[in-house]
Amino acid sequence: MSKFSIITRGLVKENPTFVLVLGMCPTLATTTSAMNGLEMGLATMFVLILSNIVISLIAPVVPDKVHIPVYIVVIATFVTVLQLLMQAYVPQVYATLGLFIPLIVVNCIVLGRAEAFAGKNGALDSALDGIGIGIGFTLSLTVIGIVREILGSGSVFGWKFIASDGILAFVMAPGAFLVMGYLMVLFNKLAKK
Amino acid sequence: MEYFLIIISAIFVNNIVLAQFLGVCPFLGVSSRLSTATGMSGAVCFVITLATVVTYLLNTYLLVPLGLEFLQTISFILVIAALVQMVEIVLKKTSPSLYAALGIFLPLITTNCAVLGVAITVVSKEFSFGGAPHLMNLGEATVYALATSLGYGLAMVLFAGMREHLAGNDVPKAFKGLPIAFITVGIMAMAFLGFSGIV
Repeated sequence: MSKFSIITRGLVKENPTFVLVLGMCPTLATTTSAMNGLEMGLATMFVLILSNIVISLIAPVVPDKVHIPVYIVVIATFVTVLQLLMQAYVPQVYATLGLFIPLIVVNCIVLGRAEAFAGKNGALDSALDGIGIGIGFTLSLTVIGIVREILGSGSVFGWKFIASDGILAFVMAPGAFLVMGYLMVLFNKLAKK
Repeated sequence: MEYFLIIISAIFVNNIVLAQFLGVCPFLGVSSRLSTATGMSGAVCFVITLATVVTYLLNTYLLVPLGLEFLQTISFILVIAALVQMVEIVLKKTSPSLYAALGIFLPLITTNCAVLGVAITVVSKEFSFGGAPHLMNLGEATVYALATSLGYGLAMVLFAGMREHLAGNDVPKAFKGLPIAFITVGIMAMAFLGFSGIV
């Protein structure tokens, strides 16, 4: 497999959100606006890339029986690093994303990639895989965020194009599920062609 | 009275799946049949309550006095993983029939973000049910965890009931499977929004 195709695979063919349907909790909860979706995607990508690299390096020496707990500890370590960094440099973003930053530990995408890819491949390939899946995840979250922001508050990335309020339901919980459902239909339709 | 408010709020108003988006993966994964949904809800209910009590004690009597709050994420996930493993071993010895019924759902609970989510929520968020805002004490935390997991079970069982009917219906091809499930949950969440005024 070429290095380039490792990256592009995560965008469409193995898109973590619309095809693999992993990591639904942050996807639904944090996409109230395009910016929030983008920030959550980048935060997850940070953990994904670093944990992929470290896991690919230690995988050969970790006994098979305890590999899942070891992977979880590695991931949790990077999540803690991310938490501390965000609290120090972007406290505003940390406050908005809230609970979902520590919950990256139990995001199935991260553990899924560790198990399916990083545990069996070299450090460079694993880093590229983390970048590809991370970009795929970030893009999906941003798209969901854009749609919800347009419908819910009549703006894109904070830039307001209609004076009145939007349809409030799309910023609240029901809108997340509805937008996700319809975008998935669209993705199915387009990807089949 | 305060406990009553916590219970109503956790089950209906701030339903863990439909309003807080925690535990969505297993919610969608095991809700295609009513019987598995019930088994999973029971197991999750047990683990959430137990894990919350243990992590609450760990946080209050070990992490906070030593100033190690930044270790919350790592230590909590380890406690949860160990608890799930322990529950598995105990069930296997004492009640093989229940163990067989829960099957693969037990180990999967470790990565259910509802468990870690509730554990972190009760030690970090301030609550104000009919009084001044304060961090939860052990009693409130336990009741909150129990009520939240009951809310999880309620949403799961309701949704599984609907999904069993959906399976027999003629759905447009692009909507088949998960998309229609998401739209159904969306409408369910809208119905639950109706509770938001009561607490």
